[in-house]
Amino acid sequence: MQTDLALWSAVAGMLMLLACSREERQFRPSPPASEVINSVQVSGLNPGANPVGAPAAPEYYQESAYAVSQGKTLFNEYNCSGCHANGGGGIGPPLMDNYWIYGSEPGNIFTTIIQGRPNGMPSFRNRIPEFQAWEIVAYVRSLSGLLPKDVAPSRSDQFYVKPPEQSMPYQVPTGITGKPEPPK
Amino acid sequence: MTGAAFFITSDQFHCGVSLLVGGGPGRHRMLDPAGPQAGNIEWLYWVIFWILLVVFVLTIAGFARAAARTRTSATEMLPIVKDPEGDRRAHWAVGSAVAVTVLTLFAILVMSVITGKKVEGLTSQNPITIQVIGHQWWWEVIYPNAQADQTVTTANEIHVPVGKPIVLLTNSADVIHSFWAPSINGKRDLLPGYSSAFWIQIDQPGVYHGQCAEFCGLQHAHMGFSIVAESASAFAQWQERQLKPAPDPADPEPRRGRQVFLTHACLMCHTIRGTGAGSRFGPDLTHLASRSMIAAETLPNTRGALAGWIVDPQRIKPGNQMTPNPLEPDDLEALVSYLGTLN
Repeated sequence: MQTDLALWSAVAGMLMLLACSREERQFRPSPPASEVINSVQVSGLNPGANPVGAPAAPEYYQESAYAVSQGKTLFNEYNCSGCHANGGGGIGPPLMDNYWIYGSEPGNIFTTIIQGRPNGMPSFRNRIPEFQAWEIVAYVRSLSGLLPKDVAPSRSDQFYVKPPEQSMPYQVPTGITGKPEPPK
Repeated sequence: MTGAAFFITSDQFHCGVSLLVGGGPGRHRMLDPAGPQAGNIEWLYWVIFWILLVVFVLTIAGFARAAARTRTSATEMLPIVKDPEGDRRAHWAVGSAVAVTVLTLFAILVMSVITGKKVEGLTSQNPITIQVIGHQWWWEVIYPNAQADQTVTTANEIHVPVGKPIVLLTNSADVIHSFWAPSINGKRDLLPGYSSAFWIQIDQPGVYHGQCAEFCGLQHAHMGFSIVAESASAFAQWQERQLKPAPDPADPEPRRGRQVFLTHACLMCHTIRGTGAGSRFGPDLTHLASRSMIAAETLPNTRGALAGWIVDPQRIKPGNQMTPNPLEPDDLEALVSYLGTLN
């Protein structure tokens, strides 16, 4: 009887393994995604109620650990860290806190990278391909715990004082998200 | 992931087979040494080869003798025969075989240590210093100089003068790689965050092929390099040319190509000295046209290969860090023309 139970639980355990799926890495984004963004938008004003320049985020980048780790690499190699440090800020605002000047949604951050923002944030239009911008967006969101823990990067290659992105607690975004601003 | 990761060109296949028999781009043969260190390693190889050949022949001869002996045809159990003389002979045979084995292994150990000492013994007060940094999946090569503007930075193609001791300062930017040019020296691992020195010397002019010898990810097999050993004057000439910044292109097409380079994703990763592009994520392209291969010895440096690589590097080396660049045909033509002027 007991061997039967052990046998059946082993079989059930093996069957459960079938439900696991391996994360797939996309190396060849569709040609449009690897294009650099050329549309010029000089003004934030436009008629109607449509919010400006907040494209819908492809879900893949928010769900793929590979994409987020690529975003982490690019964050340093494209010198985002030059102003934002490792998320703590410096010349640019910190990215690991809960305060979002221009919004915390993937589309908001994407727009910030591609179009730039007043007072310092350069526009990376024509420079960073769309899919890489989405990877950086996902990484930036992982800095304040907005990504699931199985997607956010774990240990860094270098020694950092801050905890790994995976251990960052979820921080309720404030700023233009409609919630009250933090006390100054 | 597509099946392309497992696609092997006949060239690479050749290269793998050629470890012992030769072929592929550049010399890549352990048994065809081009310097004192590889010579020592080759010597040790042959010593061990002949010892093992003798052991092999003796073992096979023993098996053959045993197999050739007539079997008994008895159907009943044979009586147990006491044979103290035979036992003593067997003890002696086994004892001396063990002793010979231990002594032979010890002799090989001593010779290995001596060879290792000889290989490591190369030194010089005034060597050429070259920094080799492994990346996924290419080699950054820097000729450091106390004067910053006299520093040469290139990739995948290492130029050295013949007959001069060279010290390679190795490091890695990401994972563990291993530097191995079989005609020149043994392997040396490149460890991230740990710089170590490694000496080589090449006595015969020529082109030598090398390969990453430590599995480092998807494109480990496409991480080759070449060492060009040339006379001291040719090396000095090469170095002088590499020190120059990229010239302003004279013709309109390459001029437009430079504009394409500076207004697209290229400049986010690559350096071309003399222009505004200064990122060090990808290989330095200031003298791209002077190299014979691109993409870490994956493709020849021709116009077509370069254009194919720029447009869809993920088809050629899936997983590498270069982004696809779906440029307009005119822009691509101009860009490739510009890259062709960088020599």
